[in-house]
Amino acid sequence: MDKERLIAEASRLLDEGYDGVLGLRRRWGHIGPYLFTSKEELPEMETEPRYMLAATMRQLRNKWPDKKFGLIARGCDERALIKLEEAGLFEKDGSGFIGIICSNEQAEECNCEKPIYETHDCSGCWKCIEACDKEAIERINACPIVVPGEFDQGLAKRKAIYIPFPQAVPLKFTRDAEHCLKIRGELDCKGCANVCEAGAIFNEDEAKEEEIEVGSVLLAPGFDPFDATIKGEYGYGRIPNVVTSMEFERILSASGPYLGQVMRPSDGRHPVKIAWIQCVGSRDETCGRDYCSSVCCMYATKEAIIAKEHDSHIEPTIFYNDIRAFGKGFERYVESATSKFGVRYVRGIVSTVKEFQQTNNLLLEYGGEDGQKVQEEFDLVVLSVGLTPSASTKALAERLNIDLDRFGFCKTSEFQPNSTSRPGVYVAGVFDAPMDIPESVMCASSAAFLASEEIAEARGTMVTEKVYPSEIEVTTEEPRVGVFVCRCGVNIARVVDVPRVTEYAKTLPHVVYAGENIYTCSTDTQDKMMDIIKEYNLNRVVVASCSPRTHEPLFQDTIREAGLNKYLFEMANIRDQCSWVHATHMPEASDKAEDLVRMAVARAVTLQPLHESEAAVTQKGLVIGGGLSGMTAALGLASQGFETVLVEKDKVLGGNLHHIHYTLDGNDPQELLTSLIEQVESEPKITVYKGAEVKNTSGFIGNYKTVIEMEQGDTEEVEHGTVIVATGGTEYKPTEYLYGESDKVITQTELEGRLADGGEDIKKLNSVAMIQCVGSREEDHMYCSRVCCGQAIKNAIELKDANPDTEVYILYRDIRTYGMSELKYREARDKGINFIRFDVERKPEVSETNGRLEIKVFDSVLGTDIMLQPEILVLSSAIRPQADAAEFASKLKLPLTQDKFFMEAHLKLRPLDFVNEGMYLCGLAHSPKTISESITQAKGAVSRALTVLSKPQLMISGVVSVVDPSQCAACLTCVRACPFNVPRITEDKVAYIEGAACQGCGICASACPRKAIKLQHYTDEQVIAKTAVLCNT
Amino acid sequence: MAEDFEPKVVAFCCHYCAYSAADLAGSMRLEYSPNVRVVKLMCTGKVDTLHLLKAIEEGADAAFVAG
Repeated sequence: MDKERLIAEASRLLDEGYDGVLGLRRRWGHIGPYLFTSKEELPEMETEPRYMLAATMRQLRNKWPDKKFGLIARGCDERALIKLEEAGLFEKDGSGFIGIICSNEQAEECNCEKPIYETHDCSGCWKCIEACDKEAIERINACPIVVPGEFDQGLAKRKAIYIPFPQAVPLKFTRDAEHCLKIRGELDCKGCANVCEAGAIFNEDEAKEEEIEVGSVLLAPGFDPFDATIKGEYGYGRIPNVVTSMEFERILSASGPYLGQVMRPSDGRHPVKIAWIQCVGSRDETCGRDYCSSVCCMYATKEAIIAKEHDSHIEPTIFYNDIRAFGKGFERYVESATSKFGVRYVRGIVSTVKEFQQTNNLLLEYGGEDGQKVQEEFDLVVLSVGLTPSASTKALAERLNIDLDRFGFCKTSEFQPNSTSRPGVYVAGVFDAPMDIPESVMCASSAAFLASEEIAEARGTMVTEKVYPSEIEVTTEEPRVGVFVCRCGVNIARVVDVPRVTEYAKTLPHVVYAGENIYTCSTDTQDKMMDIIKEYNLNRVVVASCSPRTHEPLFQDTIREAGLNKYLFEMANIRDQCSWVHATHMPEASDKAEDLVRMAVARAVTLQPLHESEAAVTQKGLVIGGGLSGMTAALGLASQGFETVLVEKDKVLGGNLHHIHYTLDGNDPQELLTSLIEQVESEPKITVYKGAEVKNTSGFIGNYKTVIEMEQGDTEEVEHGTVIVATGGTEYKPTEYLYGESDKVITQTELEGRLADGGEDIKKLNSVAMIQCVGSREEDHMYCSRVCCGQAIKNAIELKDANPDTEVYILYRDIRTYGMSELKYREARDKGINFIRFDVERKPEVSETNGRLEIKVFDSVLGTDIMLQPEILVLSSAIRPQADAAEFASKLKLPLTQDKFFMEAHLKLRPLDFVNEGMYLCGLAHSPKTISESITQAKGAVSRALTVLSKPQLMISGVVSVVDPSQCAACLTCVRACPFNVPRITEDKVAYIEGAACQGCGICASACPRKAIKLQHYTDEQVIAKTAVLCNT
Repeated sequence: MAEDFEPKVVAFCCHYCAYSAADLAGSMRLEYSPNVRVVKLMCTGKVDTLHLLKAIEEGADAAFVAG
């Protein structure tokens, strides 16, 4: 065996007095370079994968020129070193070489025809390499370097020249300076340069430093997944079928290493039993990560569901501590995971993962509910790794002089979220704290708000507007179509016969020009295209190349510069939807390309110029709701320079914030409240209507009119460009657990009020019990109220601090102290607060006899009933939407969720927007949340509103639906069909569609029974034009 | 039906999803049969019975709506 030979040769070198032999060895789960200095270590040597050692060798030799080192070298290492020696960067003498023969598979991957030589009898004269060197370099016609791909978490390989991930923007190749032989100077490799037709390979480029003057800095450096090798007991890095959740994410992906097939890395077998282990690198002091990563419970649930959807044989099991489904819609999702998908949740910490040698299956050992040790076999284990700050952010923080917390997250303060310790530097995303996608989006908007707040006055001052020539009138002319067929280097031309398609295009009706380009999108081709448009008097342009999703705006801009309306343009996608997907059907691909060009030309002939109109924007904001979120939003708009109307239903501002007296972090919300009210009332740009309600709102983005009704019945109409809904929520008044019947049963808010009053009676209590999830997570209210666990712990700690002798019991289902509030949970446990877990099927029973409260609760850990006799019982009651949410929503035509909170445009990606354009959402009206989160969301909503308010005009796209009033029967079909509530019936009893509000989907046009509506640019004629020439007859 | 019959399929695709998916298939070089001709719409809600019938009338062997 080759390895034995290598060991024997290395052993010989060590015997001969070499100081060490450089080879590969597995340590901490990874294979890497290792200097073997004793013979005992040699059996640990690894021979795969291929790993360039030339650079390490050079460093060794340079550092210790007097020592002698051996190298386990492949042909490419030797070629590299010979080049380095030629350049005077390496001294061959004192080096001993042991050749390692690459496998055929490796040689194939590297495009290396053969391992260079058999080394058994080699004397190391190097002459053979010198002879073959030149040839070897020229032979390479693609990148020879293969390394594990980062995006696929190392499960698939990539070259040193690569596209980082399939949906990268821009979709262009980049070179990996760490591995590229040419960039590293190890070899004069021309692999990529030999084949690049665009001449885009530059070797002379180098890092440049630029100085840019900015008004503020926004940090969004993201996170690193926790390094699972640190938790050695789970075997990650040693056991192939133990993967991280990030790796499993790639395994599930249709664009991933297994193309969406759920397979195990060890043998490609489809796993049946898959286990997720939660909290790997989270809530764990032993690895210095005692915070909760906030997202793992949900992503594990998602992965389990998706795995099940991919392969119904899969039996997913999730091992967890607490299920933290605290986000909007999460509780229902977890509920569906169990009820609909059969995901099994097991509460228990897995202590070890062992591998069966024969099957590569895994044996998990965990503590069951009853405390017994349980062993269970699985096919695949997924480690739900936590979120840690990126490795590079520490240095970044030092350079920027901002403070980090002890974990390396950016330090921010509770009432000034997204602001770092240094003025003018802001933070968003997981660098702030572990968070999910919607929170990241909200944070990003909030940070963008902050970054523009100080420099609001400079808004727009550096913009230079592009001026286009006036448009040529084409409607009276015969169509004259020009067709530009793109070769896209070889991307199209390798598969599609581009000259044939171009010649074919010339034969099509109305085509007066057809030509081909190597790259139609290159700058010089744009100039050429403009010349041709003028020379041939083209009035319609077709480009047959790639996707209009990426390139249509570029070509439209070009034809505008040539004086044509941008809507006189059409594309045929002969790359993404032809050459790239039919590489093995070349003749058919060329036929299809001809068809696509014919269809594009047919449509182009029907195209009409459309004009994008401008609608004036009322640069004034309306904020509905004067609580924490509403006031923050109003102040935000004002600080950015916009007049704002704030409408509050109550006679005083402040909302729920009046009832919060301290926070988990020890800050004073009442101070914040007083300051906010003062600022709002003294801000000249804000008009406050108290004791007032919105009666109705009409209009569209940039141009709303709202009637506000005052208490006495007076009304006032205001005009505004945007709406921010911050109508808040309320506390649920429990009907269970004797609330309202016994004065010893109170809510957390009531307790907090009494604690804040400094009531002496509270300090004398011997025993207090709290019950969590009152009105949350059950039946009709299948959502988590998010803040109650933190609130209970906050009040419990307060009770303990006031009187350490008070016994406090928290009866809970799952403790959901996500993020950094986990530290407070730990503190509470350390302070001796008792946590008793109950199941929803066996809720605590509360009774009162002779003025004594008695609670019977089944402790599922002890497996027995426990009797408690607290002096008071505190209920962590749910946050409910406003009682009049549905009525209010109908006034603004806003959608609500099943739970009657307002529904955003997209749960993950657009958490601050309504589908109704120009309307935004924040605070409890969106879902339960903390003070800090409300502030972030309010500022984020302002940021969204600014995208409209900051411009005096709004451009209205040409692709909108228009009604022909003479045909309209006012049947209301369009009014009902429109998902955006745009069509309305005018006083003339016809439908009207406001262009500024229309999204251009065309649903109304297809629904209209009299064809009175047409979607411009996609009229029936224009759609049918394509299919009419589907067959070439 | 002839052995070598190759159907022509017209696919009405939504700009935002199915059309993007077809592009993604391209960038991933996923091969499929070259019988499909995609017609892009802003939303498949725009597809009218008329469009489907016209396509069949003009020789399409199948119409496919994806969005």
